[in-house]
Amino acid sequence: MAEALATITRVAGLGMITLRADLDRAGDALAEAAGLAIPDTTGATTDGSRTLAWMSPDELLLILPQAELAQALDDLTQALMGEHGLVADVSDARAVFDVIGAGAADVVAKLAPVDAAAMPQGHLRRTRMAQTAAAIWRVDGGFRVIGFRSTADYLALILTNAAIPGSGLAPR
Amino acid sequence: MLILTCPYCGVNAEETELHPGGEAHLARIGPNGTDDEFEAYLFARKNAKGVHFERWRHAYGCGKWFLAARCTATLQVFGTYRAQTPHPPADIVEAIRKARPDWTPDWTPAEGTAE
Amino acid sequence: MTHTPPFRLPAGGRRIDRAWQVPFRFDGRHLRGLTGDTIASALLANGQMLMGRSFKYHRPRGPMASGSEEPNALLGLGQGGRFEPNQRATTTPLTHGMITRSQNCWPSLEADIGAINNWLSPVFPAGFYYKTFIHPRPFWKHVFEPIIRRSAGLGRAPTDPDPDRYEQAYAFADTVVVGGGIAGLTAAREAADAGGTVLVLEQDGHWGGRTPTDHDGGQAAIDAALADLRGRKGVTLRRNTMATGLYDHGYLIARESLADHDPNQGIPRQRLWRIRAGRVIAATGALERPLSFACNDVPGVMLASAVRDFIADFGVAPGRRIVVVTNNDDAYRTALTAHAAGLEVPAIIDARPLADGALPQAARDAGITVLTGTAIAKVKGAKHVEGVVLCSHQGDGRPTQTIDCDVVAMSGGWSPVVHLYSHCGGKLIWDEGQSMFRPDPDRPPLGADGQGNVTVAGAANGDLRCAGDLEHPEAPTMPVWVMPARAPYTLRAKMWLDFQNDVKVTDVELAAQEGYASVEHTKRYTTLGMATDQGKLSNINGLAVLSNALNQPIQATGTTTFRPPYTPLTLATIAAEAKDDAFQPLRKTPIHAWHETHGASWEPVGHWRRPYAYPRAGEDRHTAVHREILAVRAGVGTLDASTLGKIIVKGPDAGRFLDMLYTNMMSTLPVGKCRYGLMCNENGFLMDDGVVARLSDDTWLCHTTTGGADRIHGHMEDWLQCEWWDWKVYTANLTEQFAQIAVAGPKARDVLERLSGTIDLSAEALPFMQWAEGELAGIPARVFRISFSGELSYEIAVPANRGLELWEALHLAGADLGITPYGTEAMHVMRAEKGFIMIGDETDGTIIPQDLGLDWAISKKKADYIGKRAQRRSHMTDGTRWKLVGLESLSDKVIPDGAYAVAEGVNGNGQRKTQGRVTSSYHSPTLGKPIAMGLVRHGPSRMGQVLDFPMPDGTVMQARIVDPVFYDKEGSRQNG
Repeated sequence: MAEALATITRVAGLGMITLRADLDRAGDALAEAAGLAIPDTTGATTDGSRTLAWMSPDELLLILPQAELAQALDDLTQALMGEHGLVADVSDARAVFDVIGAGAADVVAKLAPVDAAAMPQGHLRRTRMAQTAAAIWRVDGGFRVIGFRSTADYLALILTNAAIPGSGLAPR
Repeated sequence: MLILTCPYCGVNAEETELHPGGEAHLARIGPNGTDDEFEAYLFARKNAKGVHFERWRHAYGCGKWFLAARCTATLQVFGTYRAQTPHPPADIVEAIRKARPDWTPDWTPAEGTAE
Repeated sequence: MTHTPPFRLPAGGRRIDRAWQVPFRFDGRHLRGLTGDTIASALLANGQMLMGRSFKYHRPRGPMASGSEEPNALLGLGQGGRFEPNQRATTTPLTHGMITRSQNCWPSLEADIGAINNWLSPVFPAGFYYKTFIHPRPFWKHVFEPIIRRSAGLGRAPTDPDPDRYEQAYAFADTVVVGGGIAGLTAAREAADAGGTVLVLEQDGHWGGRTPTDHDGGQAAIDAALADLRGRKGVTLRRNTMATGLYDHGYLIARESLADHDPNQGIPRQRLWRIRAGRVIAATGALERPLSFACNDVPGVMLASAVRDFIADFGVAPGRRIVVVTNNDDAYRTALTAHAAGLEVPAIIDARPLADGALPQAARDAGITVLTGTAIAKVKGAKHVEGVVLCSHQGDGRPTQTIDCDVVAMSGGWSPVVHLYSHCGGKLIWDEGQSMFRPDPDRPPLGADGQGNVTVAGAANGDLRCAGDLEHPEAPTMPVWVMPARAPYTLRAKMWLDFQNDVKVTDVELAAQEGYASVEHTKRYTTLGMATDQGKLSNINGLAVLSNALNQPIQATGTTTFRPPYTPLTLATIAAEAKDDAFQPLRKTPIHAWHETHGASWEPVGHWRRPYAYPRAGEDRHTAVHREILAVRAGVGTLDASTLGKIIVKGPDAGRFLDMLYTNMMSTLPVGKCRYGLMCNENGFLMDDGVVARLSDDTWLCHTTTGGADRIHGHMEDWLQCEWWDWKVYTANLTEQFAQIAVAGPKARDVLERLSGTIDLSAEALPFMQWAEGELAGIPARVFRISFSGELSYEIAVPANRGLELWEALHLAGADLGITPYGTEAMHVMRAEKGFIMIGDETDGTIIPQDLGLDWAISKKKADYIGKRAQRRSHMTDGTRWKLVGLESLSDKVIPDGAYAVAEGVNGNGQRKTQGRVTSSYHSPTLGKPIAMGLVRHGPSRMGQVLDFPMPDGTVMQARIVDPVFYDKEGSRQNG
């Protein structure tokens, strides 16, 4: 039997911080505190270790190694001092999966109403996968998917089912 | 399947990513409203055949509520726009008039602005 | 004449491989076909022309077509969970070991008892059921309905779960071409030349449509077109994919067969494509129409194109002596194909007065007799064609001669397949010259931009000769709706229009006579076109007959609405991944696994699973709930409250915003304190409740009900974004970031104080309705002194990843105190003992807080809040509303939840009037008696009165109106 379209791996050890603010006013301070440029609409900036993703016109998500979380929470809170904003640790609220392999785009295309194959690098798409909310972007060799913690088992199951060997989307 | 472009994030989302919110541009009637005004605010809807303004939330996306101008009979979409406006903006009005020359707004656009 | 072997021709058959035999079974018989066969071609190759029985009269039927329009050859395939009824033998590829069986017949296909309906057919005209099963009325439920239900439906539904896997996939293309025939491939090439991505869908496993069968050099032309397309980037060619429906804004649904009837591959059997098409080119071809002559349904009467396909594509002779009957040139191809294959063609019957085009000439040159101006008066034979009786087409059916034959190949002309064009509102025009409905290019279906988004190519557009250089001139088709033209009633009563549902020419005429002038009404009255084939063969002939009967042009009659799907969809493709464990997302708390290993009996709450109780060995759920309640009341228990919504509301205007959202005042809540709040909608009705904690000067934490978290967060965002968008407030739904554990009972503080920590939990430092934060058991925690049980209670929120750690630390620390995990039912009973309301029990979307005696939680000072105006409406304030009270059963039995209290008198329907109902009802182990809450008219002013609750069994239960707080009225326990 052929191989799975992609390997589905739960990613642990990531810290995540939700930031809400007027990005026109607070963008520079946040960028400095995050150590990354403010992404364009639906974009994501990364230095390979940290990723700063655009979630909404007044919301960003900073993804970083767990070890850097506490310091980053302090830095970002400082950056918003005197500004109307919100900094919240959401690390534990999320479940992260890597979908890696030659058929990774097929796996995404079976679950999300998005043009997975055409999704550019540096673009984060918030959408749904089957019946649960997800954010998806390209990483080396495939995609990274963020879902909710409570539905992690469901997300893992539908990703694994979508990746079963021999079920690629190429015409036959 | 309606497909609408979220004016906040530019995503061309299909209906399953959106949450509908009914008629747009309702003016809230507060504690001082009369019975008739309050009844109209809560229950009276235009239910138009033709040009219609409605609320959608990009629920599986950026989470923002936006407004759509579309034709309920043909499903033509004249445009989508941000929710923070009491009336459709000028470019939407223009797009509707282009497609539906007979249509006239049922509000009075201010000079130089649609609001 | 008899039907004689051999049925497989010695040569020919472009789709079969004679080297590979395929064994299969039909009604228990072991048969063999060849690789490349469809079930229909394999059955014909075995001499099996009889393949099914019609729905109403159980008439014997053979295949009529060779494609998806087939009305008759519907079989049950497979067995067990893989059994599928009503599968078209003409499109289903034969596979090794396939088990097939005929339908709608008993005890067998050959000797079917139901065929008695055929003899009774004169008493079953159109509308028979509507006219007959009306009176007497009581008969309907007990006599007519059971009989009709037993005979209704074609095929038998499988009883076992479908073991196969199905999936969906999303695709995007600038242009989607539906149809892989010459027109579709040509259109695809043009689209690719113009730029953008092109997706071509072909329903069959092979490309080319009719071109390879109908034209010399056809296969070469198709091969060349395919080679060209395959070399292009951005072009995708997908076979075995049926575009079943086109929906709004260019959303196209298609079903791809991946492993149909080959379940051992382990891959999904079918895939439902959800395609966003920039534009669609429908190159869906045309379907040949039957001719309406008497007994045109006898097995052996087939479409001319199907006879040609079986011979040319499968090397199968449907018969040895084939009579062709036609009103057009194209059917002559069938005569030539049959003749070339060595089969006899005794005559071509052409209704037209003249037939002198290239194809008729070729037939004459081949020595075939052509009889023009001639018609079939009647087909001879019952279970198989034995011959045809001929007559003049312009006459009334007087026989002129008889010809023996075993197959009649008929052609009434061609109808474009206009379904995709029509699904989203594209309109059709009647093409008088070609006797067909074709798409009206001026009234296409519209896309989101208001422009037409479907174009049509080739035969689907009425261009029947679309194979370019391969084509030769053909004479026009002559419309023939009834054959012969002046056929009397006795012949018309034997002319089938809809073969599957047994609708005849006289049925449609009867409908017209009875006043069914609308084609949509006639369809429903006669069931014309309502079978599983959706009238692909019958509709045009039927509405032509209707137009004739109404004496109006066909354009005036119009067509019925073309609705998706074009061919039936497997329901499992719609469910796709949503089955078994993936049926719905199951939400699990961070402590879920512990509950599971400790025997939790689950309660679904939204998508969450919460422990209802933890029954021990020998306990049922009821016993477990009682044990858990007593353990909390006497000692200490823990509840996993992680599912409660936790929404942060922050900003300079947050207090003002919360004052609008809640009925009471939240802006005045001091930092460090908690306040219970009620949330209403603009209708004034209660929608959620929960405890709000003020975290800092500009930050509040709002707890919602388990089911309310996402809804209330959405509600907040709605008002912030759409109404008060200039207010500076941010929200964040942090429900899943925290695990939350309620530690409740007189020994709760003892347990918590045994954990290491930095928080002073004493009554003085942390009194009721305050919160504190620090470390507990080495975990960062926020501790709220709030209580839903009425006991001394702490709710502790910690990061979700550490929730299980805290839960286990609590159980370790409290083991000797008998610390007991308790579930949602114990929580429900304890809150009812305390008279606390529950959203969804005491509320149902029509209850205002005032109904529940919650006036204390409604601010009188505030000028406005959501729901305030609504609560001033006359019906909300008129004093007659049912209000919350406690109910004490006069017996030791629990009054059923939802029971109604009756009042004097009866209403207009003769039912007893009501004056209240039970909203929560339990046996209280704490009090050792039943307790209940309910809503009763003037309830709070009727303390001590007794109400009657009639039960379904005729008995009456009684309850006394009492205060809803049954336990610890002073609140000394929770305040301790």
